Parts: sequence; C-alpha cells; structure tokens
Amino acid sequence: MKLTCDQATTICDKSQYGEATLWEKIKLNVHIILCKKCGMYSKQNSVMTKCYEKHKKNLDNKNTGLCSKEKKEMEKEVMQKL
Amino acid sequence: MEQKKHTLSPNKWVALHSDYLFNYTISRVNNHEIAKDLVQETFFAGLKAMENFQGKASERTWLISILKRKIIDYYRKINSAKGKAEVKMNFYSDGEKEGEWIEERVPNSWSNNIEKFIENEELSDVLDLCIGKLPEKYGMVFKMKTMQEFETEEICKELNITSSNLWVIIHRARTQLRKCMEDNWFKN
Repeated sequence: MKLTCDQATTICDKSQYGEATLWEKIKLNVHIILCKKCGMYSKQNSVMTKCYEKHKKNLDNKNTGLCSKEKKEMEKEVMQKL
Repeated sequence: MEQKKHTLSPNKWVALHSDYLFNYTISRVNNHEIAKDLVQETFFAGLKAMENFQGKASERTWLISILKRKIIDYYRKINSAKGKAEVKMNFYSDGEKEGEWIEERVPNSWSNNIEKFIENEELSDVLDLCIGKLPEKYGMVFKMKTMQEFETEEICKELNITSSNLWVIIHRARTQLRKCMEDNWFKN
C-alpha cells in the first residue's frame, strides 16, 4: 500500500496520459495527503501537461510540409537513380 | 471478375506522394531535415525494390510500408547510439532514503499567474531547449507519447521496450523537464 515518492510520481505521470489504474490512483491520493512534496509535483504536473499541449499546437502550426525547391531537388535525385 | 492491378510510376512519385509521406514522417520524427531524408530514402528503396511490387496494394500504400521500416530503423539507430547518456536522478536510488526526493530536486512553488506563463509565445522555445537537454532516447519516447500521441503499445513495439520501461523513461523525462522549466520559466 505504501508508496515511495519515486513510485508515487511515476503513477502521477502515468495518470497524465489517462493510463493509471484505479488502484494506483487511490494509492497516489493517499500518498499525496501525507506528502507535500509529491502534492506539489502532482499540481505542477497538470500545469506541465498544459504546457505540452500548447507546445504541440505551436509545433503543428510550424510543420508546413516540403517547399517546391525541396521537391524539385528530390525529384532530380530520384530521376537520377531511375 | 478480374481485379485491377496497380502499377508503379516512379517518375511521378515526388509530385504525387512526397507531401503525404512527408506529413506522415514529420509527425513521427518531428524534425524537418530528418523527415525529408527519410522520404527520399524511401523513394530510393522503392526504386530498388520495384520488381518485388506485385500490384496488390496501391502505389502509395506500398511506399508507406517501406517508409514505416525506414522510420523504425531510424528509431532503432538513435535508440542504440545515445541510450547510454544519463538523466539526472530525482530520487535516491538506494540506501535508507531509497525512493525519496533528493533535496535539491524537490519541487518549489511557482508563481500564481500560471496562465500567463502558458500563453506566452516563448514557452515553446524554452520547452524545446529543455527537451533538447534530455538524452536522445528519453526525448524521443517522451515526444512520441506526449506530442505525437502514439499508443503505449505502439511505442513499445517499435522500440522494443516493455511498458514499465516506457513509464520509467516518461517519468524521468517529465521530472527532469519539470525541474528545467522551474529553473528557466516558472521561477518565482
């Protein structure tokens, strides 16, 4: 039943992806009541997840495909090997 | 009724398929140059393997199957090349305090105005920097799971790791990123 901080924060990370089991979540919550450090980690972990979601959006906007110059070069390379 | 046989026209590959293959790749490797190279290698490999094409699948499906192998090879390569770099430990790994927080890695409280920090446009730059400081394998697994939203099972299969390996990697990556963002972004 008793978790170390290492184990508790691992479950906390898992739960950020919705992949912690119910039993794991119960153990985590008990741990957090008793451990301020992991409570802080848990709170900040949700903030970090928001940051990653924001970062993902920013990346998706940046990845815009190959430009025509790159395609021409690739075309040339492929035709040479044909 | 006879089934229509698919044919290959490599002189049109770049025009017809390069965008599709590139988008497929960039969402998996997240680096423009690497994605471009993998697409080009796929075309080269396709040229070499043309005589094995049986016409059962469409040209694009066939190219994607080659590309998938190329991406897995790429993952394997960086997986073995830099797997030895260490992450900073956040918890004591043995002794009386095993599993407890190492003092200087304990989370500190952050500013109250978190929303403002998240909406700030420079967030991505700082995060990129922090992710870049992770050992390559950790960064890759973290990005596959978090940014590219691969299923756990899929990552384990592609990288040949167990799911508990995966969660240890994710856990270490996230604790390290938390600390890096605390030092560089959420400082009180």
